[in-house]
Amino acid sequence: MTTAIRAKGAAKTNVDKFLTLLRVLLIGAISVGLLAFIAQQIDPGNAFAKWTHDGQEANRLTGEQFKGLIVSGLSQGAMYGLIALGYSMVYGVLGFINFAHGEVFMVGAFTGFIMSNKFDEAGLWEGGAFIPTVLFTVLIATLIATGLAVLMERVAYRPLRGSPRLIPLITSIGVSFFIQNAVILLFGAGAKSYPPNPDWLQDDWILGIEGVKIVVIIVAAISMAGLWYFVERTKTGKAMRAVAEDKEIASLMGINVNRTIVTTFAVGGAMAGIGGMLWGLLFRSVIATTGFLPGIKAFTAAVVGGVGNLGGAMAGGVALGGAESLAPLTLLEPLGISGVSQLRDAVSFVLLILVLLIKPTGLFGERLSSDDRA
Amino acid sequence: MTATTVSNSGSANEPLSIDAVSKGAFDFDMRAALTSGLILALSLVFIALCGIPEGLNERLLIKPVLSLGYLSLLWLPLLFGWLSGNETVLEGMVATKKGARDIVRGLFVGLIGGLGLSLLTVLMDAFDLRDPLVNWSPATEEVLQFSRSIGFGVIAWPVLGAILGAFGAALHVMPEKIRKAVMAGLGTVLSFAIFATFIVDVADFLDDLLYARRGGLKWGWAIALFVIGAGASFLGGGRKISEMKSSYQAATGPAKRQQTTTLILLSLAALIIIPLITGKITQELFANIGIFLLLALGLNIVVGLAGILDLGYVAFFAVGGYTTAVLTSPNRGPDFEGFPTLPWWGALLVTIIIAGLVGLFIGAPVIRMRGDYLAIVTLGFGEIIRLLFLSDWLNGWFNGAQGITNVPPADFGFFSVKGTDPRSVFYLVLFFAAISIYVSWRLERSRLGRAWMAIREDESVAEAMGINTVNMKLMAFVVGAVLASFSGAIFAAKVGSIFPTSFLILVSVIILVVVIVGGMGNIMGIIVGSVVLIGVLGGPKQPGLLAEFSEYKLLIYGALLVVMMLKRPEGLVPNARRSRELHQDEFLQDAWLKGEVDTDDDMVDPSTGGEGTVAPA
Amino acid sequence: MSLLEIKDLSVTFGGLHALKDLNFHVEEGEIVGVIGPNGAGKTTFFNMISGMVTPTSGEILFEGESMIGLDPNQVTQRGISRTFQNVRLFANMTILENVMVAQHCRTNKGVWGSLFNTAAFRQEEKEIREHGEKVLGFFGTRLIGYRLEQPASVLSYANRRRLEIARAMATKPRLLLLDEPVAGMNPMESAELTDLIGKLRSEWGFTIVMIEHDMDVVRDVSDRVVVLDHGETLAQGSFDEVSSNPEVIEAYLGRPLEKRK
Repeated sequence: MTTAIRAKGAAKTNVDKFLTLLRVLLIGAISVGLLAFIAQQIDPGNAFAKWTHDGQEANRLTGEQFKGLIVSGLSQGAMYGLIALGYSMVYGVLGFINFAHGEVFMVGAFTGFIMSNKFDEAGLWEGGAFIPTVLFTVLIATLIATGLAVLMERVAYRPLRGSPRLIPLITSIGVSFFIQNAVILLFGAGAKSYPPNPDWLQDDWILGIEGVKIVVIIVAAISMAGLWYFVERTKTGKAMRAVAEDKEIASLMGINVNRTIVTTFAVGGAMAGIGGMLWGLLFRSVIATTGFLPGIKAFTAAVVGGVGNLGGAMAGGVALGGAESLAPLTLLEPLGISGVSQLRDAVSFVLLILVLLIKPTGLFGERLSSDDRA
Repeated sequence: MTATTVSNSGSANEPLSIDAVSKGAFDFDMRAALTSGLILALSLVFIALCGIPEGLNERLLIKPVLSLGYLSLLWLPLLFGWLSGNETVLEGMVATKKGARDIVRGLFVGLIGGLGLSLLTVLMDAFDLRDPLVNWSPATEEVLQFSRSIGFGVIAWPVLGAILGAFGAALHVMPEKIRKAVMAGLGTVLSFAIFATFIVDVADFLDDLLYARRGGLKWGWAIALFVIGAGASFLGGGRKISEMKSSYQAATGPAKRQQTTTLILLSLAALIIIPLITGKITQELFANIGIFLLLALGLNIVVGLAGILDLGYVAFFAVGGYTTAVLTSPNRGPDFEGFPTLPWWGALLVTIIIAGLVGLFIGAPVIRMRGDYLAIVTLGFGEIIRLLFLSDWLNGWFNGAQGITNVPPADFGFFSVKGTDPRSVFYLVLFFAAISIYVSWRLERSRLGRAWMAIREDESVAEAMGINTVNMKLMAFVVGAVLASFSGAIFAAKVGSIFPTSFLILVSVIILVVVIVGGMGNIMGIIVGSVVLIGVLGGPKQPGLLAEFSEYKLLIYGALLVVMMLKRPEGLVPNARRSRELHQDEFLQDAWLKGEVDTDDDMVDPSTGGEGTVAPA
Repeated sequence: MSLLEIKDLSVTFGGLHALKDLNFHVEEGEIVGVIGPNGAGKTTFFNMISGMVTPTSGEILFEGESMIGLDPNQVTQRGISRTFQNVRLFANMTILENVMVAQHCRTNKGVWGSLFNTAAFRQEEKEIREHGEKVLGFFGTRLIGYRLEQPASVLSYANRRRLEIARAMATKPRLLLLDEPVAGMNPMESAELTDLIGKLRSEWGFTIVMIEHDMDVVRDVSDRVVVLDHGETLAQGSFDEVSSNPEVIEAYLGRPLEKRK
């Protein structure tokens, strides 16, 4: 391999200089924002805060608000992590970004919506029947999401194996578009509401944190642990890692490459399905475009953690969720930027760019086969 | 593919049996036919449940017989019938013997497909699933029952499916001349029926003659048009055209250059004259096609020539639009108070500079990333730019969600370009499109074009051969950005107002589809792509000829992208080199058959152990 | 002053020493053969000179100037060009385009020139083309004539190797790095190419460093042979000196049984 490895003390080209400047500026802005935040926590009326807020005092964040931000960041991040697993696994094995993975997540959430409403009409979405009903709904949503992921692989991606890198990526954009609009046409374009959760789920459980958020975090952690066990400890998981390393050699070792790839899609789809259902329980609203942004952000999470690295994907998800939740109020607001909540999405993209600029292999390193690293 | 296998067994999975002549009419691969029948049935049910037949039913094509809604279902059995009898030609040999077998098979496939719709008709009558499925409605039911009775629908669909399937398959069986005539006839009728608005807009007098009062061809005229189309083809109309085409392709040197110049001048003259004689609808259509053609030409330099998949291309469109709006409109954000407003062309100069700078700014960090990361990061940038225009933070400049209104027309003294006069917009667009085409054409055939080609083939070798890949790719990125900003500037003057919602990611994807469907890296392909897609289906918000399709066009765009990638990644009008890249094996096989492959020596590559191609590592 | 001088060059890949304290020099007009068993670090050595891999420590001086940290394209710009062990042509570009694109760093007409088709631009294109045909003509009639417009992928294996050398020549280098130029050729072809390598120096004035496994070729053209093993220089000198060096024989054939402890 003659992959170019960049020098540490390389002669600087103009582009390099610009990138260095960009890194410095971004990190500088973040540091200034953080310092301003700390300053305003100590004294909301400090000179810098007054200057950035047109002479007004800054709003100090209360501990309660801070906790709220962290918890919602965590629960959102857990979901990003679940979706990111699918991206990460498929990227690890096939070396392409399955752009349509976010739609699998959306279909999981949609299935949850349809079933939960039917159950609600039958009076099964409350009282003692709630837990078995939810479990059943999660099961079906997961199955449907899995089925969709497998179907996608069979119809759109398998015929393209071995074609130039960008071809499957472009195809997956088309698949994503198609599924999104098919859902709009089949089920209508409006937002769909889940039936209300039972009160005990919305109540504060410990430390004044809503039960549903705790459930989301716990379920995500359990799924993650299950996946980890599957990939690291079972025979199928080993086959998966072997295929990720080198498809040809793996097939020579008697591994059914096709089936392993399908399994990869299936497992990724299942995770996205669970994620979709959790999304439904947490936000209680789903719309055909629900999958798009979380999908992109989950990919961001996968890159932040290091593509192909499952633990990294989960950690990346949590980091992203946290950053997205905290950064607007702790970095941007102290700088005097107004309407920061609108910039949430921008925060995650900036984080993606920042990570790729500073550590392109992600925080925990990539695990890819050698020909995918090129 | 084992091209030389000649099977005598005619086993189930052997599509290439040559001696199938003696087989009976029913001796075909039942399982495969059943599978394709079921796929057909599922597709039909899917289309019906998407509400397409019902939504398009109002639009009559041929007065009492056929509406666009029914056509949206009926073309599928025809296609599947055609595919089920598809012959395989290998090394000049027709591998499947055509005959009654094919027709029976097509009939069978169509029948199963039709049965799918029958089942749906029955189910719709029996159950109410309207809650999740919005199109599980009486209106759809009525369409499925042909506005008669459930029994009629249940019987009619399989019959129709079978007939169309058999007809589709029969197209293989009939002699080529007749097939061409039939296709030409059908094509003529359908284009007259589907493009009615356009035709009436161009030639008003045809309205009462051809079309019924509430739309749709009069059926007598439908038959007449079929005869005209078929007759023209039968008498050799098509042959003339293909002869001219091949004589053009065969020409070389100065003769070719002369012919090309004549062609370009003729089409230019046509493009200038046509809008003068057509109505507003066509002019508006032309203007929209032009705006997206401009965008597609720019993206083609980035994707097609330099091989950078930029999914945030809309960002430059937005930058162009917003810069122009901010500089020319009195209704821009309050922070620009006291800043003089510029005329459009003055603003254009600033726009070019700003777009180039933004291109550099976005390009520099992403250009070294690997292709797929780059795609996602540019998509992120596209979103960030839109969010910035939308945000409260920059409200003082861009007015957030309210957008910038009152963008004045582009005034050139002797003529002014404004949205109410789509013809003027079209001429302006034409001017810039000509510039873009010239730029693409010149760049492709220069030192830069060659460097981009080499980068697309093997980036690290290109780097080792002395090409500064970072600078070259950045240059493509910036040129693309500038071309997109032209489009944005014209868009601002045309619409007269600029909102963040005009610049969704959707726009990027649609431009990408245009480039890919047309043919990446090929200017002619890009033109064809924009005319076919934007002209017929329409842009993200702009209606095309099939204005009725507006609800469904995004679905179709998605499906088109997938189908093209799977079946014809080189696009409708492929670039010779692109197709070589995408079909290297086939190309080499062809070259080998034609005796073009070099056999100076018979040594083989020791590293691959065969006479394989040089695979870019 | 040597044309190329390498001092104490080391590179490690995750703890593995691919090259260790390598010292090496090439004089103007020399042909140096680099030999060594598989995995000795020969290709890494080339990758390092051509800027594709950055050394962990050490210095590379070309005409007295440091090359450390330069991008591959800058290295080529300074006058070092190379071929690849596993032939890497631009397979879908025509044969002529392959050599034309290699002159990129020797030409400078940019967007303006090509847009306005200036006289200078046309002149430059003409020169690029002529030079391209000239380097292709070096290999006789194999790569010119009707072949000019054919894609490189249709070429036979030996001709691909020749085209790769032509492409490297087209960059107008002073130092040419050939990575196994005759691998996969039959004896007749390799004898012919050996001749041509000699001519590359005598007629074109290139200085050449060549990795080669074919000892006949190495013997016939090299002024000096350097033996690498496990990333270290094992021996240097004329072919005869090196080939009789017991350490070299050991590296290639293994240690005789009785000496093994």
